[in-house]
Amino acid sequence: MSSKILLQTLNVTQRFGGLVANSDVSVSIRRGEILGLIGPNGAGKSTLFAAISGARVPTSGSIVFEGEDITRMPAAERCRLGIARTFQVPRSFDSMSVAENVMIGAFVRHANATRARAAALEVLDYVGLDGRADATAGQLTPPEKRRLEVARAIATEPKLLLLDEVLTGLTPSEARLGMDLVRKVRDRGITVVMVEHVMEIVMQLVDRAIVLNLGKLLAEGSPADIVRNEDVITAYLGDRHRAA
Amino acid sequence: MSDATLSSLKLSGDAFLAKRRRQLMVAAAVFAAVACLPLGIGDVYLQNVLILTLLYAAVSQSWNILGGYCGQISLGHALYFGIGAYAASVLFVNYDIVPWFGMVVGGVLSAALAVALGFMTFRLKGHYFAIATLVIAEIGLVLVHNWDFVGGALGIQWPFGADSIWTLQFARDKVPYFYFALGLLVVVWLVTYVIENSRWGFWWRAVKDDPEAAESLGVEVFRSKLAAAAVSAFFTAVGGGFYAAFVSYIDPESVMSFRFSLLFALPAVLGGIGTLWGAPLGAAILIPLTEITRSYLGGSGSGLDLIIYGALIMAVALAKPEGLLSLFTRKSGGKA
Repeated sequence: MSSKILLQTLNVTQRFGGLVANSDVSVSIRRGEILGLIGPNGAGKSTLFAAISGARVPTSGSIVFEGEDITRMPAAERCRLGIARTFQVPRSFDSMSVAENVMIGAFVRHANATRARAAALEVLDYVGLDGRADATAGQLTPPEKRRLEVARAIATEPKLLLLDEVLTGLTPSEARLGMDLVRKVRDRGITVVMVEHVMEIVMQLVDRAIVLNLGKLLAEGSPADIVRNEDVITAYLGDRHRAA
Repeated sequence: MSDATLSSLKLSGDAFLAKRRRQLMVAAAVFAAVACLPLGIGDVYLQNVLILTLLYAAVSQSWNILGGYCGQISLGHALYFGIGAYAASVLFVNYDIVPWFGMVVGGVLSAALAVALGFMTFRLKGHYFAIATLVIAEIGLVLVHNWDFVGGALGIQWPFGADSIWTLQFARDKVPYFYFALGLLVVVWLVTYVIENSRWGFWWRAVKDDPEAAESLGVEVFRSKLAAAAVSAFFTAVGGGFYAAFVSYIDPESVMSFRFSLLFALPAVLGGIGTLWGAPLGAAILIPLTEITRSYLGGSGSGLDLIIYGALIMAVALAKPEGLLSLFTRKSGGKA
């Protein structure tokens, strides 16, 4: 195994009763890249995301992070190892201030509250929320809440950051700011995996994309290759489009 | 990062430290003022009310550690209170071991039991957890009722002896009890104050707000709950041990009935859960009210004070769900 690979899924399969949400999915995440995990609704993106982040143990197959099998490792332990995530619907701690929210993440690396606070404030500055440090998390606007999700995750000092549709539902200008932030995060040395189903946004941002369809790996490659891939076009737009 | 932002961030941290210092100074002033009360109040009945108020404030503050900060609503803290009361009583009456030590033994036993029970009950969520704690406390009550070694239904009478700080027995003067209760409240308050700004305190609040998000950020959710339960049970039991020494006679109903579980939860709920001053404020309102209704409306009519609690809680839930303390903190814009 090359050390260029940060995380691998090996034949990951997830069944829910009769439904196969992920079928034999083997993908690799390379160190330092921004990887897009895309596919139409119901493709199995969120299921794969859950398996990687530790929210759910897959029915079969394994997840390997830096050579270590983490298939059954609880999410909190993965976080300490260097895997952080955001939630599709922001799940801030609404009784706490913005800075305190980020401190929760920072406590993974700093046992002392003063140091965790300093680290949190630095991250808030980095993501552009420094002016909101003392606001209550519940007072933030939706795009600010997304930013807070990212800030909290960065505060855990991850090697791998999993973003669950952080750009979905934003206005074009908000999405552009979001994209700038994702690039900034990568420049910090953090590998980024982003689940999105809106192709237009993702393709401008990612180095590489993995396309899932009906639970299976459909295509993998550079954005330019993916948008020309016949299977991908069919999956997104249906057979009739190709015929036309 | 520019120097300007750096210094503004530092300011934010400094403002936080200043706030913490202010909280300590307010606490020192409040506790000092309370400590002066016995100078002006010679009436034994009123002293009694004050002692109970301080005791319930301390125990409710302990309840608040698990229920308020960690968000695990227990309706069975009478169990830990009872264990503290019984540990202190049995050790003193049967083995001549001073209650100071008995209280700590009760505290350690309760903390251990809280962890053991937590292994089973912390998989339950919300109401289911609350119901489980209630049922377990009732089981404890029945067990003690039928356990002859600890006096069964008859209970335990502390022997009459000379007044002594060592045995915590003061037949003539209530004031030493007052200072012990105040001391206990100060200790629990300080423990809460320190924990509030520690990793455990932050973890507890994260677990309360959103356990799944907390877990994803590296918070050990299950261990956090166990730790909160242990600390909470420990101080509840110490309060129970003190109560036994104070009333000199305990039986299962008088330290372990459901009524106590309610009386530990209600002050915190009334004053504001998960805050430093909610439980003391709630106790300062509820306990005198309870005692006064009990003495003026007849001791046997124990239903009426419960009706008043119910009405109060409903009023708080409707008008100020964050508790009465929010009336004071709203102005400054910050959280207490």
